Amino acid sequence: MDPIIILHAGLATGTVLLFATIGELITERAGILNLGLEGMMLIGAMAGFSTSLATNNPWLGLVVAMLAGGALSMAHGLVTIHFQADQVVSGLSLTFLGTGIAMVFGEGLTGQNPPTIPVIDIPGLASIPWVGPVFFENHSVLVYVGYLLIPAAWYFIHKTRPGMHLRAIGEKPEAADTMGVNVYRLRYFYVFVGGCLAGLAGATISLAVSPGWYSVQTTSGQGWIAIGLVIFAQWDPLRAAVGSYLFGALRRGILDLQGPPTLFGLTNPLYVNSNWGFFLQMTPYILTILALVLGARAAAKKRIGAPAALGVPYIRGERGL
Amino acid sequence: MTNAVEMQNVTVRFPGVLANDQVNLTLKQGEIHALLGENGAGKSTLMNVLAGLYKQSSGTLKVHGQPVSFNSPKDAIAQGIGMIHQHFMLVPTQTVTENILLGLDDPGFALNLPRYDQKVLDLQAQFGLHVDPAAKIWQLSVGEQQRVEILKVLYRGADILIMDEPTAVLAPQEIDELMNTMRSMVALGKSIIFISHKLHEVTAVADKVTVLRKGVVTAEGISAKGLTPAKLAQLMVGREVVFSVKKKAQEPGDVVLSVNDIHAENNKGVPALRGLSLDVRSGEILGIAGVTGNGQSELAEVITGLRSCTGRVIINDEEIANRPPIRAIESGVGHIPEDRSKVGTAPNLSITRNTIMKSYRHEPIGNGWTINFVKARQEARQLKDKYAILAPSVKTPARNLSGGNLQKVILAREISTRPKLLVAMQPTRGLDVGAIEAVQTLLLEQREAGAAILLISEELEELLSLSDRIAVISHGKIMGVMPVEEADVNKIGLMMVGSETVNN
Ligand SMILES: Nc1ncnc2c1ncn2[C@@H]1O[C@H](COP(=O)(O)OP(=O)(O)OP(=O)(O)O)[C@@H](O)[C@H]1O
Ligand SMILES: [Mg+2]
Repeated sequence: MDPIIILHAGLATGTVLLFATIGELITERAGILNLGLEGMMLIGAMAGFSTSLATNNPWLGLVVAMLAGGALSMAHGLVTIHFQADQVVSGLSLTFLGTGIAMVFGEGLTGQNPPTIPVIDIPGLASIPWVGPVFFENHSVLVYVGYLLIPAAWYFIHKTRPGMHLRAIGEKPEAADTMGVNVYRLRYFYVFVGGCLAGLAGATISLAVSPGWYSVQTTSGQGWIAIGLVIFAQWDPLRAAVGSYLFGALRRGILDLQGPPTLFGLTNPLYVNSNWGFFLQMTPYILTILALVLGARAAAKKRIGAPAALGVPYIRGERGL
Repeated sequence: MTNAVEMQNVTVRFPGVLANDQVNLTLKQGEIHALLGENGAGKSTLMNVLAGLYKQSSGTLKVHGQPVSFNSPKDAIAQGIGMIHQHFMLVPTQTVTENILLGLDDPGFALNLPRYDQKVLDLQAQFGLHVDPAAKIWQLSVGEQQRVEILKVLYRGADILIMDEPTAVLAPQEIDELMNTMRSMVALGKSIIFISHKLHEVTAVADKVTVLRKGVVTAEGISAKGLTPAKLAQLMVGREVVFSVKKKAQEPGDVVLSVNDIHAENNKGVPALRGLSLDVRSGEILGIAGVTGNGQSELAEVITGLRSCTGRVIINDEEIANRPPIRAIESGVGHIPEDRSKVGTAPNLSITRNTIMKSYRHEPIGNGWTINFVKARQEARQLKDKYAILAPSVKTPARNLSGGNLQKVILAREISTRPKLLVAMQPTRGLDVGAIEAVQTLLLEQREAGAAILLISEELEELLSLSDRIAVISHGKIMGVMPVEEADVNKIGLMMVGSETVNN
């Protein structure tokens, strides 16, 4: 139970959540809710893993994982943007579709050892006391990519022209449309981006954080946590990062709690019956609820919250608000 | 002079509605062409075709003599057509500048808003349309939002401008400024299609007039010279219209609403009401005159329980300030809100559901647990007939109604609960002459029935013809109250800018 180890491992686990959360956040900013995150992550994990196995190139694995996640997300895009079907139903179906495909094509992958994404230290930064060992030492390259993604996503959403269009199509698509912004095309694009990041999140598990293929256990519900995290984050990448790493560390801490037979001199109930651990896995959700309740007033005042058109298909010429 | 736009035999259908039937319209280069018609006549529909938002089922469009076919608003923008929509097309969570820049190629990748804020300020100075470029849209008053809509089109330098009721939410002085802007734009070779229900604006600014009645053209491009508002009204409605309703003399009764020293903040967190007090008696209309943004919206919201405040609001001896809106409703407050599509109605619900939104709690429509929809529909049908609401059926969703008909739905709902106090905010904004006459008559009927009415309006003429007393609001305070007989435009105007105080 060394805090440095928990934090270090939390950052690694948190990176998976970070990619998935930021991807979903971008999709939702465009007004599309994609509940198929778990399915896209599984496909990414499987596709990345088997590509690395076949080609001995983990980097190629990442690329294929992202394309696989993106391709699956396009099914959701087609159903919800083109056919304007219910986004919740479509997203849930996507979870099953992704899981199914990943399971079928993932058969026989368990126990294999393809090359994984290298683990490196960041020269200089790694030697800072306390900070270095937690943040900049002995991490997969993908963890460092995650660090870069946070400010990049924030900057993109708030400070660039495409980011402004992204926010507009999720808040008031008809306003964007009448100004000549192609709402349909952009929504497809950001669903695809979300899918790619979900695929990357999956491959981050199978090729970096806990290498291997353990069928559905590979993602073990992290896609669902990421969906909760988007709300926790109030659709903001900086808060998404805080949430992802925090929950990553929590997940790791919970695992560690199941290890020792005694805690503070008492018998550890988690050691005796590890099923109690399932209750602990609610913690991220309970924290999300707490954060939402506590932050509700401030959020209402500043008008932050779900994009106004989230979940609503856009139909040109349909009167509405 | 060449033709900027030619629309020939344009037909547009919606389920159950023939919105435009073989419509012709020709806009000459450099002219201001007024498009008139009752609420629901099909004006916005026709213009949405020209702006690329709706697709006509038949008919052709030509721009500068070239046949065009629009698949999206982008195509129309590319032809230099800019439309100021009747219902705001603004992203509430974005700033003024962001809304203006939407869809443009410049800025490149990085936004660099401060730089464009400056450009927007320059444009504002040029046309005298002022609004803080860094403010978020949701923080702005309706009038300010309308200015942003105009700035959006001006910023693009469109040479064919469609203005769908741009003056509906502007103050009189702003309207004069806008007309000057329009005249100077035309002098620069731009062409304008202008929709308004205020006929004196049309006679003042338009060169040509086209009139639609129930989707059909009844006057095509006639010269505006020599046309009077009365003649125009006749063309639109097909009958003569009374421009000033008759108010019966009557003695007011007891005080129904008493507002005492209230303070409240606006959405930006800035004080909007600062120690405002007033009384309204039964059988009396108290008119509130003032320039938009001086606390009118907040006053209406405080009285109806939609905004918290300090101070006292008493309705028939019951304190209702800072209580949930249901308290106000149960003590007999009817509310005709400023924003009829978001506050006044639930756009996706049917006319039936919108009309029973207050009565569903009580017999005969509801019993607290279930709603009797047979009764509800009966009631809705009766109200639809009584208030002459134009719609295919009571099942039609509110969002498909034209502005005037939507307002009638709200009035029908509020008046059918027989309110003791009616708070009416801009009740005739955006309505056609016939509908204005109907709404004003309804308000006077309520007055005769003994309701106390707080009428907040920017139309001085409306206030002068309906009110018993007029109070002038400025910077969140009542500057003075006077009986309508003693009121005149100059006196009110002076008080609006805060230079004279007359006490009750
Ligand atoms: N998207 C739509 N779906 C269904 N019906 C519609 C739609 N848009 C307009 N209508 C109907 O078409 C008719 C014309 O509406 P339109 O908005 O063009 O009227 P308008 O002349 O602009 O009226 P107003 O003065 O109130 O703005 C109305 O009966 C309206 O209910
Ligand atoms: Mg209209």
